[in-house]
Amino acid sequence: MPFDVYLNVAVGGVLTGLVYGLMALGLSVIFGVVRVVNFAHGEMMSIAMFLAVVLFSAFHLDPLIMMVPIAAVLFVFGYVLQSGLINPFITRPEHSQFLLLVALAIIIVNVLLIIFGPDARTVQTAYAFDSFQLGPLLVDATKVYAGAAAIVFAALLFAFFRFTLIGTAIRACADNYTGALVVGLNVNRLYALTFGIGAACVGAAGAMMTLIVDVTPMIGPTYTLLAFVIVITGGLGSMPGALLGGILIGLTEALAGLLFTPSAKSMFAFGILVLVLLFRPQGILGKRPA
Amino acid sequence: MSTFAARLTADVSRRTMLWLGALFAALVVAPWVVNDYFVTVLILILYLAFTGQAWNIMMGFTGQLSLGHAIYAGLGAYVAAALFTRYGVAPWFGLLAAMPVAAACGAVIGFLAFRFGVTGVYFAILTIAFAEFARIGFDHLDIVNAAAGLFLPVAQYAHNDLWRLRGSPTMFYYVILAATIAAFVLCRLLITSRIGYFWLAIREDEEAARAVGIDTFRYKMYAVTISAAVTSFAGVFYAFFYNNLFPEQVFNISQSIQMILGPVIGGVGTLFGPILGAFVLTSLAESLNSALTAMGLDLPGAEQVFYGVCLLVVVAALPEGIWPWLAQRFGIKDAAS
Amino acid sequence: MTALLSLTAVSKRFRGLVAVDRVSFDVAEGALFAVIGPNGAGKTTLFNMIAGATIPDDGAIVFAGEPIGGLPADAVCRRGVARTFQLVRPFPALSVEDNVVVGALLHRRSVDAARDHARELLRRLDLFDKRRRRAATLTLPDRKRLEVARALATGPRLLLLDEVMAGLRPTETDRMVATLRELNRETGVTILLIEHVMRAVMALASRVLVLDHGVAIAEGAPEAIVRDPAVVQSYLGAETA
Repeated sequence: MPFDVYLNVAVGGVLTGLVYGLMALGLSVIFGVVRVVNFAHGEMMSIAMFLAVVLFSAFHLDPLIMMVPIAAVLFVFGYVLQSGLINPFITRPEHSQFLLLVALAIIIVNVLLIIFGPDARTVQTAYAFDSFQLGPLLVDATKVYAGAAAIVFAALLFAFFRFTLIGTAIRACADNYTGALVVGLNVNRLYALTFGIGAACVGAAGAMMTLIVDVTPMIGPTYTLLAFVIVITGGLGSMPGALLGGILIGLTEALAGLLFTPSAKSMFAFGILVLVLLFRPQGILGKRPA
Repeated sequence: MSTFAARLTADVSRRTMLWLGALFAALVVAPWVVNDYFVTVLILILYLAFTGQAWNIMMGFTGQLSLGHAIYAGLGAYVAAALFTRYGVAPWFGLLAAMPVAAACGAVIGFLAFRFGVTGVYFAILTIAFAEFARIGFDHLDIVNAAAGLFLPVAQYAHNDLWRLRGSPTMFYYVILAATIAAFVLCRLLITSRIGYFWLAIREDEEAARAVGIDTFRYKMYAVTISAAVTSFAGVFYAFFYNNLFPEQVFNISQSIQMILGPVIGGVGTLFGPILGAFVLTSLAESLNSALTAMGLDLPGAEQVFYGVCLLVVVAALPEGIWPWLAQRFGIKDAAS
Repeated sequence: MTALLSLTAVSKRFRGLVAVDRVSFDVAEGALFAVIGPNGAGKTTLFNMIAGATIPDDGAIVFAGEPIGGLPADAVCRRGVARTFQLVRPFPALSVEDNVVVGALLHRRSVDAARDHARELLRRLDLFDKRRRRAATLTLPDRKRLEVARALATGPRLLLLDEVMAGLRPTETDRMVATLRELNRETGVTILLIEHVMRAVMALASRVLVLDHGVAIAEGAPEAIVRDPAVVQSYLGAETA
């Protein structure tokens, strides 16, 4: 196969990977701070995706523009979820928390199934079939926009954590829970805020994702697993790691789909997960040993 | 033989024995008393009770959370079904082939996880990954017809063939009933034996267990392989009862989750938990389904939402499960709690 | 007579911090040997290396003539070295009796035999009446006794006790001391203990090793140790009973 094809697929994979990265970023933020393993992550993303689909089909609102309101909605959802349901579970054994979120995931997937049915929905924007040409490169416009939006959103998030007071407070909570309490930070509120932020990432990523893939209620679990693979590969607790992991997975997925069969591409993601868990559990950029 | 019976009944009150006896009698006569539909429901309940009991060996006894248990059932199903459709091998022989395959799979997962210190949630994710791997893998495996599905020749069930597991629901009912009872007895024997004590120690505190000389790696491997082998029987049963296998369904994560609902809701680590959980869950779910049908509503996914809500409620409010709470109310003691 | 336990130039470093620095000593069979020293002296690290929880960087640890340095904790226990933990770790959901049965099962195949042995030990450690209670419901002194019982159930030749007196009131300390002395006298089990509570050390130990900053600075009979100027200097504030 000519080099061009590989290049195009690879670039497409990287761009998609940026969106994956944003989704995984949300998971990393949640786990890094609140220490909850959010097994309903992909399902939350599917909520965002359906919102985008509905807004598009009802009002012809471009998902990229709707990215912000959808992220806001998911933020509220995450905030309420954390303060209402998950917070009391912080002190419970790990598998208790996990099962709680598994339950939530099941509920979300099937409620969506009841409301929307199993058929795939798509978002066909005006530029859905456009592409950009740059020398030998021929890339889908949707992927370019989605990838760019992901970068912007991630950059804003980094800036938030680095330069704002609240962001610093959140990082303090993550570093030292008791210390944070001692200096008077309202940890519960900050946890809820963090979960909301993580959910917002997922919301934005979901909106972007509708440009790239078809939407069904059953994709939730697939994305949850993908998010975990990315976060574990990139490094638990590392935000740049989540983006890096996302790009890596997006790339391998795309190339695997090209070299083998498209439906087998997730097998590679899992293969990578197994290898990482065994040989470098802290991931590529991970700070804490797993 | 007498010590066997003694071990089985040690520490068990007469009250418990009476209740168990009554339950056993009820289950044995059930097919004569209720119609075929209920028999099918009972089969489902017992199937879940059986797999729950098998899963419990890993989680309840040894504390290893497996969320990919469908892989063992799936392997069992495919091995036995493939041998039957291609070579006419009877399912009971197929089982003899299926169990080592499932056990080997469990051994691989266990070895990779335990040697490399993958525990807790990471272990759960690893098990999910393996199950997904199997799902996608089998989707492309042409020997078993890949995604198109493997079909067993369906015979009319006027004539019960226990050897080839072809027959009426009633026949299948007794098979799964016997199997569930066997699983229950097996778990009881295991938990009251040396290996059971070591498992509980590992579950409670692995490092302390090592400090009293327990080779935790070895015993965790035992738990995984035994659990896997027992679960594979469920797969064989599934294959011959439903007569069709699709990787998408058989290895699906929702199957794995359904397997854990019984024990989690009933009581992880207890002997009666998985059975009680299966009963409660399935009866309520079926009632829900009937109610919905009666109202003329067709909501695919309603049952799953119900399961999710049950799981949520139990994890939030009754983390030990229903059985320990009930046992306390009725003063019944369970060997493993 | 060769010592039961023999350490030769054992060292352990944690990223540049030398926790244990070429420590050597022998413990005779049947001895009551105490290791003392200020906080951070390396006592627990030393213990962990003997028990198999940590791997030594240098040196040799020989038990009953066989090298055990670097062996995993369960292998060390099977050889005859049992330990307790500084922060007690009974099996919380199991009954007191079952806790000890687990230990007794190490060298016994039959659960009944293990249970008999467990009951015997529980009687000796005054826990027989509480044998059906869940371990998590016990008081701290009782949990400590439970850990000792569980460790003893594995049939050790050497018992490692990690600050087993910590958190006990003086009367409880005396009781524990009496129990340990009795055990040593009646079963001949060698006891190596880390202790801060000097009351217990003076009453129990026949020989004492003092560690400071990972180095063995003195070894000998308790009375001599307590008067040793190097020890007094490093361990100011030591309470002599």
